Amino acid sequence: MAGSSSSSIMDNLFQRTLDDLIKSMRLQLLTESSFISKSIEEIRREIKSTDPQTKSTALQKLTYLSSIHGIDMSWASFHVVEVMSSSLFLHKRIGYHAASVSFNDSTPVLLLITNQLRKDLSSTNHFHASLALHCLSTIATLDLARDLTPDIFNLLSSSRVFIRNKAIAVVLRVFDKYPDAVRVCFKRLVENLESSDPKVVIAVIGVFCELSSKDPRSYLPLAPEFYRILVDSKNNWVLIKVLKIFARLAPLEPRLGKRIVEPICEHIRRSGAKSLVFECVRTVITSLSDHESAVKLAVTKIRELLVDQDPNLRYLGLHALSVAAPKHLWAVLENKDAVIKSLDDEDSNIKIESLRLLMAMVSESNVVEISRVLLNYALKSDPEFCNEILGSILTTCGRNLYEIIVDFDWYVSLLGEMTMIPHCQKGEEIENQLIDIGMRVKDARLQLVRVARDLLIDPALLGNVYLHRILCAAAWVAGEYVQLASNPLELIDALVQPRTNLLPPSIRAVYINSVLKVVSFCLECYLDKDEGTSSSHDGELASGRSEMFVVKNDTEAPELVATCEGSTYEQDEGFNPRNSTAESCDEDLSVENDSDRVVTLSSKKNFTHESVVNLLNRIELIFGSLTANQDVEVLERARNIFAFVQLIKAEIIDNSGQNADTVDKKYSQISTVIKSIRDAFSMELGPVSISAQGRVTAPDGLALKENLDDLKAICGDIELPSSVSFYTGGPQFGTTSDASSSNLLKNDESGQSNESTSLLEHRKRHGLYYLASDKSEIVPNDYPPANDPKSNSNINDEADELTKLTEQSVLLKKRTNQMKPRPVVVRLDDGDVAPVPNKRPERRDNSLSGAIKDVLGSETNPSLSQSNPLDKSSTKQKGKKKLGTDLPSEMKENLGDAEKPDPEIPNSSSKNKERRRRGKEKIVEGEESDQKGKKKSSHRHGRRKTHQRANSPLNVVSQTPVIPDFLL
Amino acid sequence: MGIRFVLMVNKQGQTRLAQYYEYLTVEERRTLEGEIVRKCLARNENQCSFVEHRNYKIVYRRYASLFFLVGVDDGENELAILEFIHLLVETMDRHFGNVCELDIMFHLEKVHFMLEEMVMNGCIVETSKSNILTPIQLMDKTS
Repeated sequence: MAGSSSSSIMDNLFQRTLDDLIKSMRLQLLTESSFISKSIEEIRREIKSTDPQTKSTALQKLTYLSSIHGIDMSWASFHVVEVMSSSLFLHKRIGYHAASVSFNDSTPVLLLITNQLRKDLSSTNHFHASLALHCLSTIATLDLARDLTPDIFNLLSSSRVFIRNKAIAVVLRVFDKYPDAVRVCFKRLVENLESSDPKVVIAVIGVFCELSSKDPRSYLPLAPEFYRILVDSKNNWVLIKVLKIFARLAPLEPRLGKRIVEPICEHIRRSGAKSLVFECVRTVITSLSDHESAVKLAVTKIRELLVDQDPNLRYLGLHALSVAAPKHLWAVLENKDAVIKSLDDEDSNIKIESLRLLMAMVSESNVVEISRVLLNYALKSDPEFCNEILGSILTTCGRNLYEIIVDFDWYVSLLGEMTMIPHCQKGEEIENQLIDIGMRVKDARLQLVRVARDLLIDPALLGNVYLHRILCAAAWVAGEYVQLASNPLELIDALVQPRTNLLPPSIRAVYINSVLKVVSFCLECYLDKDEGTSSSHDGELASGRSEMFVVKNDTEAPELVATCEGSTYEQDEGFNPRNSTAESCDEDLSVENDSDRVVTLSSKKNFTHESVVNLLNRIELIFGSLTANQDVEVLERARNIFAFVQLIKAEIIDNSGQNADTVDKKYSQISTVIKSIRDAFSMELGPVSISAQGRVTAPDGLALKENLDDLKAICGDIELPSSVSFYTGGPQFGTTSDASSSNLLKNDESGQSNESTSLLEHRKRHGLYYLASDKSEIVPNDYPPANDPKSNSNINDEADELTKLTEQSVLLKKRTNQMKPRPVVVRLDDGDVAPVPNKRPERRDNSLSGAIKDVLGSETNPSLSQSNPLDKSSTKQKGKKKLGTDLPSEMKENLGDAEKPDPEIPNSSSKNKERRRRGKEKIVEGEESDQKGKKKSSHRHGRRKTHQRANSPLNVVSQTPVIPDFLL
Repeated sequence: MGIRFVLMVNKQGQTRLAQYYEYLTVEERRTLEGEIVRKCLARNENQCSFVEHRNYKIVYRRYASLFFLVGVDDGENELAILEFIHLLVETMDRHFGNVCELDIMFHLEKVHFMLEEMVMNGCIVETSKSNILTPIQLMDKTS
């Protein structure tokens, strides 16, 4: 005992104060964390001291470390309670502060502080009461709120404003935790609305502003009081809060809007405070959008904000516009110059806001132009914003199954262009849309295959990991709709190019599967043709139209492969596959537009015996090597295609020298094989409904275990085979089947050239796809970027361009007559995609679940059920009836007088009289609430109506005597 | 509740004051502060003072080496919050006289006291500088 007391004296004498702590932390030589842990050790010792000074200083230091350095202090909660109970204000204050920093609903010692709080709340020292109120406002729990409600109720009418406005602020937390407190405190809270003290009003308006965000309808009866504050108050903060309340109330009661619109416009015109003006503007555009003149005034104010120097105001201006956009698109269009200019702003927040606005402007008629310009912007902006742009184009265009897209050929090409943008990281979205459009929009498939071809053929894209998903989609499209391809052989070349080894295995597997589809298609065409026109190879060779002919003879210019139909098209510049593909694509377009399926026919003609053999050789060569791949998917598929090709090749080559009869006979065998393979792919894929899974009935006897935990027990000792074991068969297979070629191909796979003749030929044809022989296996990403921003010359003044375009198109009321009707988009009956409402997705939900709402809700419902028949005739109807019989103010006053016989002449009414009247009514109300238990808002509603009727004309008389009705 | 938290952070990213009006665990506070500071301190003067983060809107303002960051609900009036920050700084300035980061570090309690007078439960309850400072001056006198 003696030891402990002496140590506490020592502690007291040599204890470091908070200042010392902070100073030594600044001068520390140790690292911060070790210094803090040393200090905590010290504090742990000191806080146990019996000396209140030592104890509170220790707690003070701990609180500091907790709030600034995030040190846990939950262990000290009992000490906090001890310090709180000190009678010395300085100590008490440290304790209370520590409590409000560290306590939460699950702190066990909370139960101990109820009495302490009660004592302090009723203390004559109002600073003590203020400490308790502050603490309660952050830590009140259900228990605390319930137990202390009477004390807070007393303070609500405290004569000291200093205490009263704090008590008012605490009520918010109390209502939130203990809804029944509404019954006790609400009346006094309302009384405080009429206080003449601005400090009280600011607190009570703050509370009502928060309350009304949960269930605005319940506060409708208080509108006259709020109105008075709106007109009378000089405090901008109060005005802003009142405006927020009205913004919630006005949509519920149309006539309220009429009343408040004038004072609000007055504030807009008069006030010098930007914050107030902005709040008025926001209120007008959100809640008073039917009042045209007010909206016009608000929009002019928004315009001022948009062109201001201050980025804050510009941001808010754009923000306000985007609020206005759904109802008043004209406001956006009117300010489009400023919006577009903001797309170039230094601030990314402003840019994103203006992008949102632009997307709000998008419609069927201008989507093409706006997308075009935005894409140009994306090209030159930083990666983050670039993807922001791409993302919003994708979501806007994809909304409700591409509802705003008319020309799918254009849109599919746009998706292709997006892929070419260097910063594009929207692989997944583009992938999904490419496949989705393929399945849903039959008419878009031709263009889709073209775009896919352009993507597949570009070796540079393979180096960009973000694009792999898109390439995956392109490969699938190319395989699935190969019958629409202008040149299937070219697709095969693209799908097997060496750089495909940069792809992840799962995507490579898709590539390989597509090769199988394309190869089987080619063979089918070849055989079909042979059957039809009894093998006239010579004629075709002579005609020179055959593509393979070109290939064989013209070995020096690979790009000519792309130019089918032996056109007179000439390559002007140096080697650039992208240029040539793009242009030849255009050429294809012109040819194919004439007759839809020319492609298929012409490509069929292109297959000669040699070309097919050639093709098979190449496939065999390439896929032989893949049969040693490490990935199971790749390995399996490569083996399948390898075996298939070997089978076909053997038959075709065998027959080359024999006479026509046997050839036909043999071919018919192959054709059955190929036909069955083609049949496997012939089923058209369509979109799948999200509820499809639910419609599959579980087969009888299938027990789906809910809990698979016991699997672990069953499989626990079975070692999972490592992935290595899956591919060990590969090389063996290769060597046994075709030793020489597999060796060669392994070399090929590793990127080295070899002397195989067919490979050499391939190399000659597609030099581009091969690396120089001295290069290492890892393919460097040395291709020029897919789309060089510098090469685009016309991106300098997009702003002007867009302005021009929007002028032309956005304002265009009529849609220009389209070249072709919108193609059919497959749409499932039961809604495969949840339709998205045609507006910006709502920002975010207010996560604060409305306990108050529950209260008021629960107050309303039971009351409705238990209320007497008179009430049951629905207060709403009653209200409406009353509202319907609008009377001039004098009559109403008379009515009020009749109801509450009061001999006063209304016009001479002073504040006192009004108060008295109100008091009377409130007493009635109070009695009733006491009898009925929970006061119900609906009832209050009805009651309040009469109350308003009684006094609102008085208010009105004193302010604007001309206007006859107010909320009645 | 309008205001969710008030942070004061110096330009090195060290927290100098943290006042929350809703309960977050120590860990949550730390990560939140880290994210916000990273986001806001990277911005320059020509950019606007509003940043959206999670479900907060952060309104911030820089005074010399100190950033004042206030997290508010989405519906809160941004300009009013900027005025609030300015009021807070002016109040501190009046009390400390040419307030600087060190004043806040060594008199954190007083700054908390001022904040308590100004904001309760996330609602602004007092906007007069002299009213805010009265209790503190009284306290200074007695101690």
